[in-house]
Amino acid sequence: MSEPLLRLDGIEKSFPGVKALDGVTLNVHAGKVMALVGENGAGKSTLMKVLTGIYKRDAGALTYLGGKVEFKGPAESQKAGISIIHQELNLLPELSIAENIFLGREKIGPLGNIRWKDMYAEAGELLDKLGVKHSPRTRLGTLGIGEQQMVEIAKALSFESRVIIMDEPTDALTATETKALFNVINELRDTGHGIVYISHRLKEIFEICDDVTVLRDGKFIGEKAVADMDEDRLIEMMVGRRLEEQFPRVDVEPGKISLEIKDLHAPRVDGVSLSVHEGEILGVSGLMGSGRTELMKAVYGALPVESGTISIFGETKRIRSPKDALNAGIVYISEDRKADGLVLGLSVKQNMTLSALQAFCAKLGHVVRTQERRAVDGFIDAFNIKTPTRNQTVGNLSGGNQQKVSIAKGLMNRPKVLILDEPTRGVDVGAKKEIYQLINEFKEKGMSIILVSSEMPEILGMSDRIAVMHEGRICGEFPAEEADQEKLMACSVGKVREETTA
Amino acid sequence: MTANNNVSQGSSLKEKLIAQKSLIALAVMIVVVSLLNPNFFTTGNILNILRQTAINAIIAVGMTMVILTAGIDLSVGSVLALCGAVGASLIAQGMPVVVAVGGALLLGAALGAVSGMIIAKGKVQAFIATLVAMTMYRGLTLVYTDGRPISTGFTEVADAFAWLGTGYLLGIPVPVWIMSLVFGLAWYLLNHTRLGRYIYALGGNESATKLSGINVDRVKVTVYGIAGFLSALSGLIVTSRLSSAQPTAGAGYELDAIAAVVLGGTSLLGGKGTIMGTLIGALIIGFLNNALNLLDVSSYYQMIAKATVILLAVLVDTKSK
Repeated sequence: MSEPLLRLDGIEKSFPGVKALDGVTLNVHAGKVMALVGENGAGKSTLMKVLTGIYKRDAGALTYLGGKVEFKGPAESQKAGISIIHQELNLLPELSIAENIFLGREKIGPLGNIRWKDMYAEAGELLDKLGVKHSPRTRLGTLGIGEQQMVEIAKALSFESRVIIMDEPTDALTATETKALFNVINELRDTGHGIVYISHRLKEIFEICDDVTVLRDGKFIGEKAVADMDEDRLIEMMVGRRLEEQFPRVDVEPGKISLEIKDLHAPRVDGVSLSVHEGEILGVSGLMGSGRTELMKAVYGALPVESGTISIFGETKRIRSPKDALNAGIVYISEDRKADGLVLGLSVKQNMTLSALQAFCAKLGHVVRTQERRAVDGFIDAFNIKTPTRNQTVGNLSGGNQQKVSIAKGLMNRPKVLILDEPTRGVDVGAKKEIYQLINEFKEKGMSIILVSSEMPEILGMSDRIAVMHEGRICGEFPAEEADQEKLMACSVGKVREETTA
Repeated sequence: MTANNNVSQGSSLKEKLIAQKSLIALAVMIVVVSLLNPNFFTTGNILNILRQTAINAIIAVGMTMVILTAGIDLSVGSVLALCGAVGASLIAQGMPVVVAVGGALLLGAALGAVSGMIIAKGKVQAFIATLVAMTMYRGLTLVYTDGRPISTGFTEVADAFAWLGTGYLLGIPVPVWIMSLVFGLAWYLLNHTRLGRYIYALGGNESATKLSGINVDRVKVTVYGIAGFLSALSGLIVTSRLSSAQPTAGAGYELDAIAAVVLGGTSLLGGKGTIMGTLIGALIIGFLNNALNLLDVSSYYQMIAKATVILLAVLVDTKSK
């Protein structure tokens, strides 16, 4: 094998109390895509921060283009030709595509004037290369997330980057956008770029990557050719144990209808009728923008309902705020943990009891701490939440543990209907399975669960019944046994319109 | 108390150190000035400083709560003046002290709540809403007083009212007692009640707080109401001390209050901070004012010195974060 473009060797990094990286090695070869995988907290982000010089390493060496290098910050590493495309894009929506690409490096004439013509021309070339069909003068904010990501890649290319690191690039992308991204990655590989692909989505790793490096608890577990691996072995390497069956289905005799929605109209929701039984998981599938999240938020009172009825055990409820929904026994756990789910600066305890705080209050709003602690510790225990104490700031926990806190917060309200919107997004494999087990436990206790997800295997594996949304309507409903990936996909792009009543 | 407070905010050792750092700064200042001027560290002078600090400190308590919700209240000085003037004229009309004080405090709470309503329901930025309120209430004060001071008069009621600003209880000035009470209650509210929890949550992430089923509008109105109430309380103390209400009273007080909050380590972005930090911040400003006077620094230079100290404190604070 040829010399790698970039090599990180024996990297060590400690923070007070934790060894975040312990002898980690990563090789990036020209013309190859290296997957970097590991559970949340395995050290992937820390490794990238060490590479770009945000963190100073305690030991180990960086070799780039055959020589030892040292970067003092992301600006330096980018200049040297190593670009990172972060999960949260670093772009300015109010500027044009070209302005974004050349931000801080505008092409300047002799009088300090910007040479727009050159800039637009060069940006146009880059966009063409990536197959983006937009003028470089277009305002960035008008682009979809997938296209914005392409702009980030264009920016990386404009630096003449040799190494491009992508951190969870497909998290916010639709299937078509993902495909377009993979085409670009293939092209970059063909033109001799070295690519690091960080993802939780194992399927994608087998689709697009050549090699895979696995980290676990800050340790280097191994580097393997993807061709020699299968999904089970990869998971085993990541979690250090064999995970049996990913979706541990449990059979529960469904009870009465708990939630019934009739002809609901709301922003981007166009006449939806649905019902869920006790002890049942209803999967709701559909592409992004199909109105799934809007429907759930309307049921939860977070978006205004224009018309239609929502009833709980046959009793029609007026839901005009999340408070009304909580009182009616409906809990919604948002897909966007950081923006809508948790107060990251507050503690595990304060987050968990936030929405049910009234239950822990004596007269005049006095919070009875002993009761609160008992409830919080109960959930930390039952959910196996990995946190040093209940007073730990929630922002310091891993994604999976944050999600558990978020679910615990909802359950503190003792809901009859639990709506989970993308409950495993940004959650690692081990924690995913734990979350599935929890969902099944709730189901066994007779709770009604609505599971909204973009991940087909998750929907198919967990649900008893699946409804598919397309352009604000339910365009298909299947019992789990009859559903498969193709049927759901066809339905979600609007190919089939078979209305079945539950 | 401070330690417990920090733990309850789920914070780390670092924040504990920051809280103590302002305490250390305060201690150093006291030691240095005591060495430079023997009149500084005397019971009389300390009590004097505490009494002067009380005005700003009480306002700063309300400001802390507002800033914790990621808001700001620029109208505190104007509310102070208007409520002081209304209180003074009620006393001058011979109303019982309880009625005058109660009326002025209620008015303050109402004025604050109006700002809160404009911010919560009207979706106006707090800076703009309270800037408008500041101008509006100052105008109302000038109209109400006709631009002249309102004397509380020389009646028995006026004498009783004067106790609020000039009296002593067990050898300690009444305003200092009031300040202590206000801080105690605010500490309890922020750390042991539902409202306190909601204030931190709202400042930390409004959207998540709303989706948790919390009526954030009500929290905002309450918080600005409290800020107005406490401004009125300070206004009454000022009026009582001078036996008259000045139409220009309280001008610029919002900046001293904000400075105290920031010196106390509260983040202007909301969600982070402690009430005891604010107390220390207010004390630093109070002690500094007094020290500059005792050291015979010209009043022109005093502002420069004050600004420098605040800037240094905040710089040290951001550096360590």
